[in-house]
Amino acid sequence: MRPQLAELNVDARGQVCPLPIIALARVAAGASSGDTITVECTDVAARVDVPAWARMTGNDFVGETETDGGAFALTVRLR
Amino acid sequence: MSPSRTFLDAGGSAPLTQRTRDALVAGFAEGWADPDRVSSEARRARSLVDGSREAMADALGARTEDVHFTSSGVAGLERVIAGVWTARRGREEVVVSAVERDATVHAAQFVAGRAPREIRVDALGHIDRDDLAVALDDPAVALAAIQHANHELGTVQDLAAIHELTAARGVPLVVDATSSIGHIASPESWDALAANPADWGGPSGIGVIALRPGTRWLPAWPEGDDWAPGGVSVPLVLAATVALQERLENADSEATRLADLIDVVRARMRAVPGIDVVGDPERRLPHVVTFSCLYVDGEALLSRLDREGFAVGSGSACTTSSLEPSRVLAAVGALTHGNVRIALHPGITSDDVDRFVDAATRVIEDLRSEAGAPAIG
Repeated sequence: MRPQLAELNVDARGQVCPLPIIALARVAAGASSGDTITVECTDVAARVDVPAWARMTGNDFVGETETDGGAFALTVRLR
Repeated sequence: MSPSRTFLDAGGSAPLTQRTRDALVAGFAEGWADPDRVSSEARRARSLVDGSREAMADALGARTEDVHFTSSGVAGLERVIAGVWTARRGREEVVVSAVERDATVHAAQFVAGRAPREIRVDALGHIDRDDLAVALDDPAVALAAIQHANHELGTVQDLAAIHELTAARGVPLVVDATSSIGHIASPESWDALAANPADWGGPSGIGVIALRPGTRWLPAWPEGDDWAPGGVSVPLVLAATVALQERLENADSEATRLADLIDVVRARMRAVPGIDVVGDPERRLPHVVTFSCLYVDGEALLSRLDREGFAVGSGSACTTSSLEPSRVLAAVGALTHGNVRIALHPGITSDDVDRFVDAATRVIEDLRSEAGAPAIG
């Protein structure tokens, strides 16, 4: 039976680099292949750093959406 | 603890050699008079400027009368962009690459009253020439401002191919050579050029502009010499020229030596897990490299390294006055936090570089473990 894929969230609003990426990596360490993780953040550097993290760690960057209050939601899928 | 210092942040401000300091002192002794007046003292000052201008023109591959001095590398970029833009009456758009200096982008925005059109670059920092060609087809384009080499990535642009595109459309190409002159051969393909003596070990407070004979520009300010309002500093002009001549005497062997040292930094940092070494590994400045470290706070990294005796630069947001990370790192999709930029100068040895890499590797590991970052790889 195919296991259920998890959709995980990280609330990194108000945090500045590199904290949102460290928070993302901690959640990723406990997640499985195929899971998605969405990082909500206000730090503009994360918009570059989340895709860079995915590239450097061999995972996939899915995309970015703008959320309420000028925050961004950045999603990655684990390989 | 040894107080020894290793200065690896020589981009835009390199230490002055004894010869350059001597030239500065000689300039103040012999060239204190206003070179624009008619006395013997003024003539002596003027002859120092004229001799320097001739030597500078020779180094830049320009005509002597087309070389101008101004008050800094940034002022040179601002003045030349404003002057060339003003002469292109009716055309307003400025085209820049996505990895230009903030000063270039800000100058373009200031003169044109709107953000310049940014041409994308590839992951190594090379400008997308198809994108550039499309942008240049717009008849509203006043000028293109594109760098010779990038101050963070080290990547050297193919200016010959870029100039072919601008020249075919009659668009003047302003080249920012503020990171390359004194390190690699001066570029040949440009209509106007800006150089920064402090970057090659000259004094700060002086910039150099060169124009091609056919390049039109108009003054933006009322004083006679639009490049250096109030006149140039003769001692700074002299010392900047002597510093460049000294660099050019050993340019080839020094470029090879420094390029080998940077190769060592690139290879050894790449071997550390979670390090993004950016820029073109081949077509690059010999003395510059930038890398970013996952899970590392850039400011903490710089201050730890400084405490260990190493001065380095950074494009991370937390190390600058703005909240925005370096536009250069963002443009190439590089990690922007934990960023270190190294720019070597002739005083740096192989031993210095080895000690730096050892210290950086240790500091990165410490900071990651203090931050509770998960293991990588």
